[in-house]
Amino acid sequence: MQLTFEINNQSHTVEVPEDMPLLWVIRDVLRLKGTKFGCGQAMCGACTVQVDGDAIRSCSYAAKFAQGKKVTTIEALANEEKLHPVQQAWLDERVPQCGYCQPGFIMATKSLLEKIPNPSEDEINDNITNICRCGTYHRMRKAIHRAVELQQKSKL
Amino acid sequence: MKTSYFVMLLFLSVAVVSLTAWDKPEKDDLPTTGDPTKSRAALGAMLKVLKHQRCMNCHPTDDRPRQGDDAHAHLFNVQRGTDNKGLAAMRCVACHQTENNKQSNVPGAPHWQLAPKSMGWMGLSDEQIAANLIDKSKNGNRSLDQLMEHMTRDPLVQWAWQPGEGRTVPPVSQKDFHEAVRTWIENGAVIK
Repeated sequence: MQLTFEINNQSHTVEVPEDMPLLWVIRDVLRLKGTKFGCGQAMCGACTVQVDGDAIRSCSYAAKFAQGKKVTTIEALANEEKLHPVQQAWLDERVPQCGYCQPGFIMATKSLLEKIPNPSEDEINDNITNICRCGTYHRMRKAIHRAVELQQKSKL
Repeated sequence: MKTSYFVMLLFLSVAVVSLTAWDKPEKDDLPTTGDPTKSRAALGAMLKVLKHQRCMNCHPTDDRPRQGDDAHAHLFNVQRGTDNKGLAAMRCVACHQTENNKQSNVPGAPHWQLAPKSMGWMGLSDEQIAANLIDKSKNGNRSLDQLMEHMTRDPLVQWAWQPGEGRTVPPVSQKDFHEAVRTWIENGAVIK
């Protein structure tokens, strides 16, 4: 099928099988390698991107559903001048160990803070359900709170 | 003074009667002709579907969807949310689209969501389930015609018979279920 959609604020038209996972379109067709393949079953969240603002597990999202939609990947978060507050918080709290799952967590957190700007502990537990095999959850929790602070400061 | 007291009592009585009527099935909707025995038998067939574990999984009376034939809580702390479609940043659509995913085998159907809490069936008796089906305050304000439409045409309900590889289907065929729903309603929609 001819798939036309917007990714990271740029319109793209690609020829792909309609059932190809969006993750393959992002990584293998558009060569954006920040989004990772983890389990391939929508369970771990390493492949999280945003589609029209919602966090989506792109390994389990057929390309045809992205037709005409706006996709955001980890590559779009920082600009040449500064990192996204969530990325900065991740650095400040030295979150990553191996780092492989972190783009997915960062995208899930970005989505969470857009919907709940100052989440409680329960809201973090309920909404961030990705999996990190290195067990960096404690540092991620601190980083999410740090990202809230950074976002609040940037609005002052 | 007595007159105003009487008017107030009359008003309260009307209010109570209205509220009571709202909570009950609209009896006028129910066919007055037909064979209650046929309706009862059809309800029995319907309940085999409605109470099948995989159908029950999306009709909980709490806020947790279930999965599988063993009705385990949906993995990853998945919850109902305010619109029955997940929490703010953990939406059903994060993983479930409008059809089964051929790559990941994640199930999907149009308007994937939990049934509203008023349509929860877990822990209810057969009679309670049947009564709730025809109670407009619990069935999404559906008339009997709309209820038949929902049970025989809604793509999410029909997905039960096309659940994807590795998932069990209800013990009554889709065709027989549709026939049972029609027979049940056309013969009075008995609840016991």
